Amino acid sequence: MINKPALIRFLEEAGDITRFTLRFFRELFHGRFEFNELLRQSFFIGYKSLGLVGLTAFIMGLVITIQSRPTLVEFGAEAWLPKMVSISLIREIVPVITALICAGKIGSGIGAELGSMRVTEQIDAMEVSGTNPMKYLVVTRVVAAVLTIPLLALLADAIALYGGYLGCNIHGAVSWRLFWNQVFETNTYSDVIPAITKTFFFGFAVGIIGCYKGYNSRKGTEGVGRSANQAVVIASLLIFILDLIAVQIADVLGLT
Amino acid sequence: MVIEIKDLNKGFGDNKVLINFDLNLYKGESVAVLGKSGSGKSVLIKCIVGLMQADSGSIKVFGKDMIGLNAEELDQARVRIGFLFQSNALYDSMTVRENLEFPLRRHWIEKTPEEVEAMIKEALTNVGLPDTIDMMPSELSGGMRKRISIARTLILKPDIILYDEPTTGLDPITAKGISQLMVDVQKKYNTSSLIISHDLNCIKITADKLVMLIDGKNYAQGTYEEMKENKDKKVKEFFEI
Repeated sequence: MINKPALIRFLEEAGDITRFTLRFFRELFHGRFEFNELLRQSFFIGYKSLGLVGLTAFIMGLVITIQSRPTLVEFGAEAWLPKMVSISLIREIVPVITALICAGKIGSGIGAELGSMRVTEQIDAMEVSGTNPMKYLVVTRVVAAVLTIPLLALLADAIALYGGYLGCNIHGAVSWRLFWNQVFETNTYSDVIPAITKTFFFGFAVGIIGCYKGYNSRKGTEGVGRSANQAVVIASLLIFILDLIAVQIADVLGLT
Repeated sequence: MVIEIKDLNKGFGDNKVLINFDLNLYKGESVAVLGKSGSGKSVLIKCIVGLMQADSGSIKVFGKDMIGLNAEELDQARVRIGFLFQSNALYDSMTVRENLEFPLRRHWIEKTPEEVEAMIKEALTNVGLPDTIDMMPSELSGGMRKRISIARTLILKPDIILYDEPTTGLDPITAKGISQLMVDVQKKYNTSSLIISHDLNCIKITADKLVMLIDGKNYAQGTYEEMKENKDKKVKEFFEI
């Protein structure tokens, strides 16, 4: 049986997120853009996430290579290890895992920061000071997430592949040149471009959900915690949904 | 008259918090609005600065109706209105200097860096905290934050200052200091003040006139002494605590 209040709540929330997103686009293309704040947010969102994303990417590359090896050895296809690992990492694993890490780190950070600003009236104070908080706080954070998450994913690709190279050499011997030759031979623009393109949408999902939850935070400190938590949960779910859509589109366009 | 509120109505669903509310504030005058928690005092001043939209009625600030102004007009009107938030609302991620600079930069007021620096120092000196300029809000005590918040309100030299519960959460000595500071600011800058509070000591020190916000209406008004002597049961209970 359908739980009507829950369904209504879901539809209301979906409607609110849609309205918030439309307002974001209206503010994005209207009036003066806050470049300084965009740079500041790009630094916090991008640069401050480098270490975490880099470390995770390295571990992913290493682990996937080590785990894939026995199966390929069984079929006598050990030589394909760099090809297989690089395809998996570049097309799917790195973009999705990078986005999920960003949802956890950036999405929750934005949700908590804006939520705290909401409940302590800092957003109201900003408005009274002649600042459009939607433009100053939301637009800059969402654009920063859209611009920096693809860059983080590109960097994570390189680091994950390096992890893969080390993984190949734990039980085997693959030269640096051979490894990269196989990687570049296998991966074409049709692998890299769709994978990076979808990270722009992942970035948008992380930014807009974090901002939506924080900006509309209520009920004091409890509300701030809930906003941060919901920002991560909804953004993570959206990343998988967007990934599914991206794979379908790539399939239809013959890019798989 | 600097603020003229007529027949103001504001509700949240079935809960009507302001019902045909009237209030006048004159140049250089200090009016305190006294009411119970949840009676709509904060809603009233948020309607004045456009942070909340009234359902009906008119709010004229310097003769201009604040209801129905577009964002640009609202920003222009807000330059003349200072707002002291109950929670101080200092920006956590900014130093005291940046907090004070923010309204100047946001209203696109053209000043040289030297002029801005002088304005910040003057505002901080006025509140007795010139040495906090490079501190973060988290390093300040409650009373200091309130003073910095007043300094930020003063930086644009507003004609009207709206105080939302200025002494809430402060010890009696600090609260008295803040109340005295409010009086000093008013004298120095000849501002008009609208003070939302249920701190009778603060009201006694700062207000020329009291407005009793009861049942959503301007139930009674007069000086502190007149209200204290008022025989009405609903007014009397505020002074019997």
